[in-house]
Formats: sequence, structure tokens, C-alpha cells
Amino acid sequence: MKYIRQFLLILFISFLGEILHYLIPMPIPASIYGIIILFLGLEFHIIPLDSVKETGKFLIEIMPVMFIPAGVGLMESWGLIKASWLQYIITIVVSTVLVMAVAGRVTQMIVRRKEKQS
Amino acid sequence: MMDFFTQSVFFGVCLSLACYEAGAFLKRKLGYAFLNPLLISIVLSIGVLLVTHIDYDVYYSGAKYLSYLLTPATICLAIPLYEQFEILKKNVQAVIAGIVSGILTSVGTILLCAVLFHFEHAEYVTFLPKSITTAIGMGVSEQLGGYPSITAAVIIITGVLGNILAEPVCKIFRITDPVAKGIGIGSASHAIGTSKAMEMGEVEGAMSGLSIAVAGIITVFAAILFAGFY
Repeated sequence: MKYIRQFLLILFISFLGEILHYLIPMPIPASIYGIIILFLGLEFHIIPLDSVKETGKFLIEIMPVMFIPAGVGLMESWGLIKASWLQYIITIVVSTVLVMAVAGRVTQMIVRRKEKQS
Repeated sequence: MMDFFTQSVFFGVCLSLACYEAGAFLKRKLGYAFLNPLLISIVLSIGVLLVTHIDYDVYYSGAKYLSYLLTPATICLAIPLYEQFEILKKNVQAVIAGIVSGILTSVGTILLCAVLFHFEHAEYVTFLPKSITTAIGMGVSEQLGGYPSITAAVIIITGVLGNILAEPVCKIFRITDPVAKGIGIGSASHAIGTSKAMEMGEVEGAMSGLSIAVAGIITVFAAILFAGFY
């Protein structure tokens, strides 16, 4: 019973997210509204952690495989990018590595500075 | 035979999961960082489809049930975020500064590459939302006059790359703090990177999940602003 109820609650929040996406004219997907709803629900004790925990952890654990279909879909979009694929790949690699490095280093610098102060 | 595959609901899912297991097995046996299970499963699945002449649509008619779970799974990222909320509150300045610096680096490097490679304006705006979640990114691309389907491909490649490079990049740039790792990975490579951060640790995963939402929303405005620069 526990799993059905947890799954229902998670899908219901997904559905609420879809409703908000439909009502609010912004390019923000249902999943982002859903994160906010679930987080606020947990934080204000409207949704007890026990009512989503196991199914939620399960879904997060199997999350990597959910990206396989989209990745395999790249075989369909190859026609769109093959003309300038090298420039595209360089742009993607350079930008992704630098974003990760800069965001990580800036965060770390401020975390450490604060730790020293306290 | 082909008729059978076009009607099979389980073929696409089985192929995807089997290829993922094969990838995880190779990684365990050989241990190289580039042997990423997600990358291997994508390459293997494409290989199988090409060799057997099975259309992507046929594969997807089953595999779509994996994608179906993506929205509920993303929403569940609120759970680790809730559990690690104390750490977030303690580091809120660092987290916001980290995400904003990541977004500026993202649009900045894309502007630079656009100038360097003589991108058309439409190509440039296609790339601007590359580090954020597909659903937001495609909308931004469309609004700015880019090619949403190319944006989707670029976002997926970025995510897979982030998933592969998360560990080496953190090592090379000596990012050891779990909050910083999570913010770096999530800001650079949205949910696909986050699935890697989740494997690295609870704090990493929670912070990376937070970055998907925060970076996704702020990037909408940064992309609109930067679209005017080139």
C-alpha cells in the first residue's frame, strides 16, 4: 500500500506542476514547479517525508537510465548538426568544463572563507 | 519480424537497460572515467539500432516509458534538498554566487565561441540555454529565434559530457567541498549531471538538484540579455 500511495502523491505533484505550467505563461516546465511544491510541502510539514521517501529515492536512483532515450535520439538530430559539428562540439566542451570549474571554485572559495570566519 | 518490433512495448526499455548494465559492467571491470555507463548505453543502443535497421521511432515507442518517469524523478530531487536544507541555509551566499558565476561563464563562453566560429545569430541563441534543463532551454531557444531541436541535442550532449567529466573536472580544479561540487555539476549539466552528483553523495546531489531549478530560471533572463550582444 505504501508504494502505491507514494507513487500517487509524486504523480499528483507532477500533475499540479503541469497545471501551473499551463496557467503561467513562462517557459518553466512542470518539473520545476513540482520541485518547489514538494520542497515547500516537506518544509512546512504538509507532506510528511514518509509519504514520498522510498519511492522518491528509488526514482532518483534509476534516474540516469531515463536519459537514454533522449541520448539515443541524437541519432535523429545528427542531420541538423553535422554541417558544423566540430565547432559545436568545441563550444560545448569548453563551455561545460569552464562552467563546472568556475561555479565550483567560486562556491568553494566563499564556503571556505565563511568557515574561517566562524 | 519488423512488425513484431514495431508492436513490442518492452523492446526499447530492455535494450536501454541492458546497454546500461553493459556499460556499468565495463566501468567496474576496466575502471576508466570515460567508460561512463550512460554514454556507453547511448552509443551501444544507437549501434544496435543501426546494425539491425530498426527505426528510432520503433525503439522510442517502448523507451518513452523511461522518459515518462523523468518529471516525477526530477520532482523527487526536492527530497534530498529538504534533507540537506540546513547545509543550504548555512551556505546560501556561496550557493547563489556560485550559480550566478556559472551562468555568466556559460553565456560568456558561448558568446566568445560564437565570435570565434562566426556563428549566425540564430545559432548563437540556440546555444545560449545549453547548460539548463531541456524543457526550459527549448522554450528559451524558440523565443529568441533559435533552433529548438538543435538546442535539445546540445543540451543532451552537454548533460552527458557533464556526467562523464564531473569527477575529473572536480579533481583537476581541486574542487573538494561537497556543496561546491554539487553546484558546479548542476550549473554546468542540469539533471543528467545531477544523476552523477547523486552517486557522489547526498549533499552533492541535493545541491546539484537545486542548481537545476535556480540556474534554469536565472538563465532565462541571462539568455534574453545576452541575445542582444551578438
